[in-house]
Parts: sequence; C-alpha cells; structure tokens
Amino acid sequence: MRNPTSSLKSKDLLGIEPLTPDEITLILDTAEGFKEVSERPVKKVPALRGQLVINLFMEASTRTRVSFEIAEKRLSADTLNFAASGSAVEKGETLIDTAENLVAMHPNMIVIRHKHPGSPQMLADRFDNISIINAGDGAHEHPTQALLDAFTIRERLGRLQGVNVSIIGDIKYSRVVRSNIHLLTKMKANVTLAAPPTLLPTEIERMGVRVVHSLDEAIEGADVIMMLRIQLERQGKLSFPSLREYYNTFGLTRERVRRAKEGVLVMHPGPMNRGVEIASDVADDPNVSVILEQVTNGVAVRMAVLYLLGSAHGGGGE
Amino acid sequence: MNLLITGGRVIDPSQELDAAMDVLIENGTVSRVDKKIKAAAGIEKIDASGLMVTPGFIDLHTHLREPGQEHKETIATGTRAAVAGGYTAVCAMANTVPPNDERAVTEMVVAEAARNGWCRVYPVGAVSKGLKGEEMAELADLRAAGCVAVSDDGKPVFNAQLMRRALEYCSMLGMPVIAHEEDANLNEGGVMHEGYYSTLLGMRGIPAASEETLVARDVILAKLTNAHVHIAHLSTAGAVDAVRRARKEGVRVTCEVTPHHIALGDESVQSFSTNLKMNPPLRSEQHRKAILAGIADGTIDAIATDHAPHHFDEKNVEFDLAPFGVIGLETAFAVCYEHLVRAKVIKLPRLVDLLSCGPARVFNLPGGTLRPGALGDVTLIDTDAKYEVPREFHSKAANSPFIGQKLRGRIAATIVNGQIKYETSGTPASSPAGRAPSRRPEAAGRRLTSRRDGGVPKKP
Repeated sequence: MRNPTSSLKSKDLLGIEPLTPDEITLILDTAEGFKEVSERPVKKVPALRGQLVINLFMEASTRTRVSFEIAEKRLSADTLNFAASGSAVEKGETLIDTAENLVAMHPNMIVIRHKHPGSPQMLADRFDNISIINAGDGAHEHPTQALLDAFTIRERLGRLQGVNVSIIGDIKYSRVVRSNIHLLTKMKANVTLAAPPTLLPTEIERMGVRVVHSLDEAIEGADVIMMLRIQLERQGKLSFPSLREYYNTFGLTRERVRRAKEGVLVMHPGPMNRGVEIASDVADDPNVSVILEQVTNGVAVRMAVLYLLGSAHGGGGE
Repeated sequence: MNLLITGGRVIDPSQELDAAMDVLIENGTVSRVDKKIKAAAGIEKIDASGLMVTPGFIDLHTHLREPGQEHKETIATGTRAAVAGGYTAVCAMANTVPPNDERAVTEMVVAEAARNGWCRVYPVGAVSKGLKGEEMAELADLRAAGCVAVSDDGKPVFNAQLMRRALEYCSMLGMPVIAHEEDANLNEGGVMHEGYYSTLLGMRGIPAASEETLVARDVILAKLTNAHVHIAHLSTAGAVDAVRRARKEGVRVTCEVTPHHIALGDESVQSFSTNLKMNPPLRSEQHRKAILAGIADGTIDAIATDHAPHHFDEKNVEFDLAPFGVIGLETAFAVCYEHLVRAKVIKLPRLVDLLSCGPARVFNLPGGTLRPGALGDVTLIDTDAKYEVPREFHSKAANSPFIGQKLRGRIAATIVNGQIKYETSGTPASSPAGRAPSRRPEAAGRRLTSRRDGGVPKKP
C-alpha cells in the first residue's frame, strides 16, 4: 500500500465529514485500480464473492442506483435491489422495520438512499455487523458523489490541493454540495459557492467556503465549475421568481464559459435540467464537459468503497 | 394532613427566607415556619436534615395528553411524573383530543385529576374553538369551570385580530393568554433551529425570527389592550430582548423557558436523536446565553417543562418524521441545578423562585410560598445527591434528551396538601447518593383517595 492508511476505520460510509484526508486518498487510489477493471473484456473480479449487498432505495434514483449495482456486480457480490414503491413501505412499514427484516436475511452491506437526513446513521447505529453506505440522505450527504467528483478532478488536473472549484446553483437543498465542501476543504482545494441568497443555507461560510452572488464572479479563476440541479419539484417556494430569470442570472451558457479560464472543467451530478442551470451546448461540449466521465468514474469509486468496507468489515457476517 | 418537617434548610423566596427552620403543616395548610417547632403528640414527622425545603414546584406548561392520547400519557401517569420531579401542581395544556375548548372537557380533566391525580392540576383552556385559530372558545365558561389561563399551545394564534380580542376578553376574566410563538410560513416545515448545524445536517431550519416576529407582535398587542400575555417556552435572544424592553415600558408580559433550552444547544442534534426534536427547537449557543442572561437579570419569570410525552413508536423513526416534544417533569430540577446553580448563573433561591414562586405569581395561583395559611405544598431536595437520568420514568413516556446524564440534585420528597406523595426509598436524609428513586410513589403508602383532597385544583 502506498498510503499511510490502508483501511477505513469505520464500518460504514455515512458521509465525507467523518473521513480523514488519508482515507479519502485511499478510496481514490483504490478506485484508480478498479477503473481498469471496467475497461477489460471480462469486467469482473471476485473480491466480494459470497457477500450480499442490498440496495435500499427509498427515493427515486437512476445514476446512483445503477452505478452501485454495476459496481457490486463487477465485484462479484450478490445484489438485491429494494425499491420503496411496490414494497410494504407503501403499507406504512417504517424504515426501521423494513431494515430489520432485510437484516434478518443476513446481508453484508446495505446501500441506502432516503429523503430524510440521518437515516443511514440510524441504521448504522442499530446494526453492528452490517456496513451501511449512504447513497444520499435528504440534503445532508452524498459521499460517493463527492468521491467520484474528486476522482474526476484529480484524474484531469492531477491534484486536488489548490484547485479552485466553484459550485453554482441550489446549494440549500443539495446533499451533493455538502459532501463536496467537506471533501474539497479537507483536501485543501478552494471552494466558491454562487447562488441567489434564497438558495443558500444559513452560515454556510462556516464550512470554509467563499460565497458570491454572481455567476461571472464565481467563474473567474475557477479550474472547475460544478453546476447543481435546480430542484424543479421545489418550485413555487419563493426561492426565485421564474426559471427564465434563473437561467438569465445563474444559467451556465457558452458565452459565460468562454470567459472562464482555459482548460476549465464543467461538471454536473445529474440529472440535468437543460436550459435551466446549464445550456446544452455547454453540457455536450467535449472540450469542457466531463459530465459523462463523472458517471463512468462513479462505478470505479463505488467499487472502491464497497471493496474497502466489504473486505475489512463486511466479510465476517455475525 | 398534619406533618412536621424538621431540620431542613427552608428556602422561600416569596418571603426572602433562607434559614434552618421547621415547617408545620396542619389540615393541609402551612401553619408555622419557625426554629425548632415542638411536635404535638402523634404528628407525622419527616426528618429533613441535610435537605432543602421549598414551596412546591409549579409547572406552567405540561401536556398530560388526556383525554384522547392516553397511549402517550394520562393524568395519572403525568402527575405521578410531576411529584417525582418535585412538582405539586401542573398546568395541563389544552391540545388534547378533543381539545379543552369547552366546559365539558375542563370538567373531565378536573374530575380525573381528583380521582387519579398525584398533584394539583390546573387546566389551561383553548383560545380558539378546535385550536383552529378562527373564533374564540367560550372563555368565560372555561374560566368558570376551572381554567387558569388559555392557550392554543402547539400552534400560534396567527390571526392578530383574534389575539387582540382574546387578550381583551381575558383581561375581563383575570387570566393570561399563553402565546406559543411561531410563524408557520417562516418555518417552512423546519425540524430544528436554522443555523450552522441545520446547514451542516441538511435539515430544514426554524429561524429565530419565526418566534421573534410573533413575540414582537404580541408585546404590541398586550400594550394596546393592557392585557396580560404570557410567552410560552421562549427560546431566542430576540424574544428575551423584546420581553425585557416591554417590561420596562410597563407592558404586562411574562415569560417562561424550558430546562432543555437552558441546558442544550443545536449542536447536539448531530446525533440525529429524535429526543432532541422539540418545538421551539434547541437553539444556538448565542441564544442559549441570552436565555441565561434573561434568567440572571430577572426577565424570565418561570421555568416550565413543556413536558411533551410521546410513545416510543412515534419517536422511533427518522428525525424528520418524529413528533416534536420531550418529557421534562422528572429531570427539571437536576438539569436546572446543574446548568444554572452549579454553573454559577444564579443562586439556589432564585432557582426556587423560577420553579415555584414565579409560576404562582404569573398565573396568580395558590402556592409558591410557605407563608402561614398557604397550601401545604412542599418540595424537599437533596442537592448533594448524584442523579443519573434513567431510561425509564414515572411518566408513561421516555422521550427525554437527558437519559444517561450524570447530574446533581434529587427530589427527596414531594408533599401535596400536607400529604407525602413522593419520596425516595428509605428516609430521605439517609438515602445513599445516586440511589434510584422509588419507582412507585405508592410505596410511601400515603396516597389520598378522598375526592375532595386528591389533587383538585382550587377553583379561582
């Protein structure tokens, strides 16, 4: 191992906040090795053979769920996808009862996506022998997204330290931004946030970031522009007057990207609202956009997380 | 009903008394407080040496949940928790099912308290019919049936005109309107204090402004109507400020704070424990300090528990989904003794004032004093005893944020109407520090069954 840290100290991945910089580096380095697996003709290694991973998705997801499932399969784990719709959750079964029943069938790991912050921790506190992986809990954390973003930045720019990352859009309701702030500040990158004040949560500056209210100011000097999805389902909640006005003030257009630094990377965690926070000609421009690379890297990063937790904590069962 | 309490340190701020004294209760009433009272033959005695002897605590803000939510708490279990916490009287909030918005419900509460209550129960009526905030309940009828105040607690009276009319009307009836201050629009579904920690945890915030805008409004309405508004569970710096300024102008505004807002801050919510979810929420350190300052300078009139029992199942869910509220009757003294007296914010007599005399004063209740002729309601406290908050309580519920905390100060005995309703096992003075309190106050074997004396609120 080339790192001072060769394993994760927790049995769970609940967020980026509890991780050390060494642990983050370990995950990213491990992911580098796994990225190559996905490029082989036979895309499979036996690392988690015999382990059962349950993907407990209590909230809609495309990318994250599929990405976890592919990662699990490429590690030879047995996987089971549990979606809230069509399950007893619709009959009013609580999260704890649902989880208790799944745990009674002896999984090694549970990947959970839930709309309520703290749900993964609730399970982690309850089940000592099972690794819980947070795949997004409300507006709290989405650690594997931040890890795949960091992996993409590091792969493209060769480092995280000193990189200027500007994150733009719906900061208030975004779990992606919180995990990214934790990760990027731990790795000594410089983070700037840009949004109307109505989309910024209270005292966000205390997380060690710079806050501006102008897209142009955020873009200036940025090495990475990370756009966040405007949550259209939250419209009508007085955050801004109209999508048209939002696009005019905070939408990332080709013209605005032209004013950015040479070699700037444009990122987006998806799903995108084309013509709201980002113009198609930016999102689809292979010279600046790394949006699909993020998706590719997501599999490698999730393989790394599953492998590190599964090999250290998940193998023993009882 | 005759009892002699000997050898204790009597602390009665209502008459600025703090001295080694004996207290004699005859026929349920304090008859003498003096040095070395000679006992009449056959009188029951309680040795209070090493203990503090204070007027019985009065809780201005208790949710007894009966009628309608007996799975959370009943009048019997809630008042049992009260006496275990040193309370000799509690004010029962109106948000039951059905709410206490008409005489029949008040009478039911009074009757059940008489049958099965462990302490006095003073009903609080609803301000509006059905707690809907639309039209006034029959406030005079509620008053006549025994209500000591009115409140839509759990919800604000959001309509300013209704609040004005209720204040005016209640000034005729000589009772305060208790205001639960929150602006639901500003809250936007919030579950904790809006601040750095809500940002960090990705939880929806309840801004301090939600409380402060309504406190400001109600202070102005109290001034307009010259009526008495009592601000419930005040939790923010701006609210303390507004009350302090209004008081200087002679506005009739009083207020209470809870033990949990004294002791805890929003940073604790990082554990995601649903026993840290209440409304108003735990605030940031700046607000907590402002509350302590308000306690120290006299702006705060009373400590009230906002005892809000919930069933285990209701709290055993995601933080967002759990109901607001924590229990507090049994831990109030120790929590406040630890965070106010031992932390040197105030001295013990001021704490007694906040738990007993102050509450009696603001709602004009009997009690809160040991003057001759006063109710024979007395609390005995062992301030040296260690107290580790247990997982189980006399309350039916266990949703306490203090479970497992090691505190100082235990209730040694609670006397209502001259009757010992609660005492720690063994004789209080010799009970070993840290020993668990008696789980069943029946153990004292002195429970009243008489309807007339069994905890009936004194009709105003």
